[in-house]
Amino acid sequence: MTGERLTRWGLRYIALAYLALLLVIPLGYMMIETFSEGIQPVLDSITEPDSIAALKLTLLTVAIAVPLNTVFGIACALLLVRSNMRGKGIINALIDMPFAISPIVVGLSLVLVYGTSGWFGQPLMDLGIQVIFSTPGIVIAVVFVSLPFVAREVVPVLQEIGDDQEKAAETLGSGSWNTFWRITLPAIRWGVSYGVVLTMARALGEFGAVSVVSGKISGQTETLPLYVQKQFETFHSVGAYTSSLILAVIALATLLAMNLMRRKENDE
Amino acid sequence: MAAAKNQTEVPVENGIEVVDVSKQFGDFQALSNVNLSVPDGSMTALLGPSGSGKSTLLRAIAGLEVPSEGKIFISGEDQTGKPVRNRNVGFVFQHYAAFKHMTVFENIAFGPKVRKRPKAEVKKQVNELIDLVQLTGLGGRYPSQLSGGQRQRMALARALAVEPTVLLLDEPFGALDAKVRKDLRSWLRRLHDEVHVTTIFVTHDQEEAMDIAQQIVVMNEGQIEQTGTATELYDTPVNDFVMGFVGEVNSIGGRLVRPHDTEVLPVKAEGATEVEVDRVVRLGFSGRIEMLTVPDKREVWAQLTRSELETLNLEPGDTAWVKPKPDAVTREDTGALESAVTEDPPATGKPTPVEPGLPV
Amino acid sequence: MSEVTTIDAREPRPRKAIFRLPGAGQALNKGLVVTYLGIMVLLPIVAITSKAFEDGISGFWDAVSAPQSVAALKLTVICSLIVVVINAVMGTLIAWVLVRDKFPGQRVINSIIDLPFALPTIVASLILLTVYGADSPLGIHLAFTKPAIVVALLFVTLPFVVRAVQPLLLSLDRDMEAAAESLGARKWLIFRRVIFPNLAPGIATGVALAFARALGEFGSLVLVSGNIPFQTEVASVYIRGQIEFDRLASASAVSVVLLAISLALLASVTLAQRWGLRHDR
Repeated sequence: MTGERLTRWGLRYIALAYLALLLVIPLGYMMIETFSEGIQPVLDSITEPDSIAALKLTLLTVAIAVPLNTVFGIACALLLVRSNMRGKGIINALIDMPFAISPIVVGLSLVLVYGTSGWFGQPLMDLGIQVIFSTPGIVIAVVFVSLPFVAREVVPVLQEIGDDQEKAAETLGSGSWNTFWRITLPAIRWGVSYGVVLTMARALGEFGAVSVVSGKISGQTETLPLYVQKQFETFHSVGAYTSSLILAVIALATLLAMNLMRRKENDE
Repeated sequence: MAAAKNQTEVPVENGIEVVDVSKQFGDFQALSNVNLSVPDGSMTALLGPSGSGKSTLLRAIAGLEVPSEGKIFISGEDQTGKPVRNRNVGFVFQHYAAFKHMTVFENIAFGPKVRKRPKAEVKKQVNELIDLVQLTGLGGRYPSQLSGGQRQRMALARALAVEPTVLLLDEPFGALDAKVRKDLRSWLRRLHDEVHVTTIFVTHDQEEAMDIAQQIVVMNEGQIEQTGTATELYDTPVNDFVMGFVGEVNSIGGRLVRPHDTEVLPVKAEGATEVEVDRVVRLGFSGRIEMLTVPDKREVWAQLTRSELETLNLEPGDTAWVKPKPDAVTREDTGALESAVTEDPPATGKPTPVEPGLPV
Repeated sequence: MSEVTTIDAREPRPRKAIFRLPGAGQALNKGLVVTYLGIMVLLPIVAITSKAFEDGISGFWDAVSAPQSVAALKLTVICSLIVVVINAVMGTLIAWVLVRDKFPGQRVINSIIDLPFALPTIVASLILLTVYGADSPLGIHLAFTKPAIVVALLFVTLPFVVRAVQPLLLSLDRDMEAAAESLGARKWLIFRRVIFPNLAPGIATGVALAFARALGEFGSLVLVSGNIPFQTEVASVYIRGQIEFDRLASASAVSVVLLAISLALLASVTLAQRWGLRHDR
C-alpha cells in the first residue's frame, strides 16, 4: 500500500515540477520582471503611441479574421458532417493544412502570391491595393493560421448530436434556414464558442506569418506581437514586458472563458 | 406479396398508398417493389426483424428518404418531390429527437410557430396537448429533466401539434424499459381512439404489434411478406417466415408447427420425429414439455393441458415422438426465419462520419 | 405542384424559390467552402511548390542541399525528435496525474495546460529567455544553445499529448483494470499490458501533432535560440533569413521539405488510427 502511495506522490510531484519549470515559473517571473522598475514605466509604455497603434491593428485583424473564420468554419463543418458529397476527404485534409504548415512558410507563400513579384501582386497594385507589407497581408496571414479552429470544434459536436433533431424540425414544417437558426446553431453553440475563442487567441498572437508579410513599420503595420520583438531587440525591456503582459492576460482570460463555458455546458 | 397486390387494386380515398416503392443504399436493397394501403384513421404496424426495411419504408412515407422508384400517396395526393416540411406528417423518432435547448412547451410549440399561427392560439393548443399527453405542469421543464417515457410523450405531442394528416412512429417504445413500454402502448391505443389520425408505427416486437395495431404488415428483406389482422397472420400465415415471426413455432420434420399444435406421442407413429424429453414444466392449468430431437438435438416444445401432461406422464430422459396435430397449421421450413433474424442490421443511409480532427 | 395543392392555412408559407429547391442551400454552402479553402489554403501551397521547383529538380536539390540548409533541417528534426520523446513520457504522465490523482488545485493545473496554445509564441520566447537567459533567477543559463531550442519547443507542444491522452484515460473502462488485478497482475504489468495499449493511439496522435508543430515553430525560438548558423539555426529561422535576402526559391525549397515531412507524418497517423480502430468495430 505504501509503495503504491509513494508511486502516486512521485508521479504527482514529477508532473507538477515539470509544469512549474516550463509554465508557471516563467510566466510568474515575467510578471515580476514587468514591474521591476515600478508601475510608472509600465503605464508610460502602455500609452506609447506605437504600442496603442499595434494594439489597434491587432484588434482590427481579430475583428476581421474571427467572423470570417466562424462563418466558414460552421459552413465547412456542416458540409463535412451533413452532406454526402464527394471530395470530402480533400476538404478535410485542406482544413488541417494550417496546423501542418510553419507560420514562416505561410508568410512566404503569401509573399509569393500577393508580393510585388508574386502572382497577383502587380495586378492588385494596379488596382491600388497593396497586400504585402500592408494591413491586407496581415489580415490574410492571420485568417490562414486561425482557419481550422471553428470547423474542428464544431465537427465532433455535429457528429455527436446527429441529425434527428434537424429531421424532426423538418417534419414539423421547418425550412432549412429556420432549422439552422432555431435547431442546429443552438445545439452547436458551445462548439462554436470554443472555436471562436481559440481562433481569437491564435489571431491575437500570430507572429511568424505576420512577421514575414508585415514590413514592421512602427505605428502602421506592426501588430502587438511584432511590437514585443522590436521593443526587446531595441532594449526597451519594460515595453516588451508590458505588451507581453497584455497578451498574456488576454491568453489567461481565454483559458478562463473556456473553463467557464465548459462548466456551463456540463450544467446543461 | 399476393395479399399486398390485391389491396392496391382497391383505391383508398384517404389514408396512405404506397405503390411499387424501391430504395437502394449503394449496393444494399432496402426496399424492393413495396405496395401497401393504409386505411384512413387506422392504426398499422410495420413488423419485421432489423434490416427488413420497415424503418426505411416509414421514412420514405415521411419524406425523410427519397424512394429510388415508386410513388407514395397521402390522402390521394402524390408526395413525390414534396419536401418533408410540406407533407404535414407527424414523425416520432425512436430516440425522441427532443430539442434539448427548448422546454417542453417550446418543443411542442415549434411546429405551430413555424406555421406562424397567432400566439394565443398556439399557447392554448400546446397547453391542451400537454394535458392530453399527461405532462400537465411540466411545460417549463427541459427534456433532460424528463424520464424516457415523458420525453416520448412530449415527442408525440410535438408531432400532434401540427395536426398531421398521418402520424408516423419509428420504434416509439424501443428505448424504454418493459414496464413503461407496456403502459405507453395501451396509452397510445387510447390516444388513437381519441384523435383518430392515420397512424403507422414500426416495431420488431410482435406482441406490441398484435396488441395495438388493427393492421399488421410483416416485412422481411425489403419486401412485404403479408398484410392482415393479428388473427389472420396467426391463423393463415402465407409462409414459414410470417408463421415464425408472428407467434411461437417448432421445426419438426422440415415443417413449422405451433407448440399448441404439436402432438406428443409415447410410442412411435407414422411421420413422427423421435425426441428425448429434456424438461417438463407445469404452470397451473397448462404446461409444456421441452424436448430435443434425436439425433440432431434441436429444441422442440409442446404446449399441453394439465390432463394431457398427466396422461403422457413423461419424465426427463424418456423417449417420445412428436408430430403436428391433424388439423394443425403448418408451413414448410425454408430457413427464411433463421437467416433473417441472425443477420446483422445493415448500415443506415446516414452520411459517413469524417475523420477525427486535430484535438486542438 | 402548388397549383394542385390547396394551400392549407396551416401549411408553411412558400418561401423564396432558392430555399425550396432541394440541395440549393447545400450547393451554395459547398461553393463557399471550396472557394474559401481554395483561395486561402490551396493557392498559397501551390504557389510555394511551384516556386520551389522554378529551376527544376536540380534547382530544388541545390537549395535543399546547401550546407547551411542541411544543418538547419538536421537540427530541426533532431530537436523535434527529442521533444516528442519527452512529450510522450511527460504528456502521458501529466494526463495520468490529472485524471487519476486528486489534489487541491488540480482544476487550475488542468486549465493552464492549454496556456501554450493561448499564449502568443513571442511572449513564450520572451518569458523563457527571462527565466533561462543570462539573468536567470534559477541560475540555469540556456539562452542561445541547443537545449534552449528544446525547452522552447517543449513549451509550445506541451498540450498535444496531454490533451490527446486525457479523454482516452477518462473513457477507459476501470473494470478492465480490476479484472486484470483480479487475475493477479501487478500494477506495472497492468499499465504495460492493459492501459498502455489503450492510450497508445492518443500518444501517437499527440506525438505526430507535436512533431509537426515543432518542425515549423518560429515565434518561440526567435529570442531564445540565438539563430547562429550551423549551430542554433532551425529550419524556419533559416527560411526567414532566405526571405530577407530575397532568395525566395531557396526559401520555398526548404519549406516544401518541411511541409512534406509534416504531411507524411499526419497522413500516417490518420492511417494508423483507422487501422487501430478495427478493434472497436
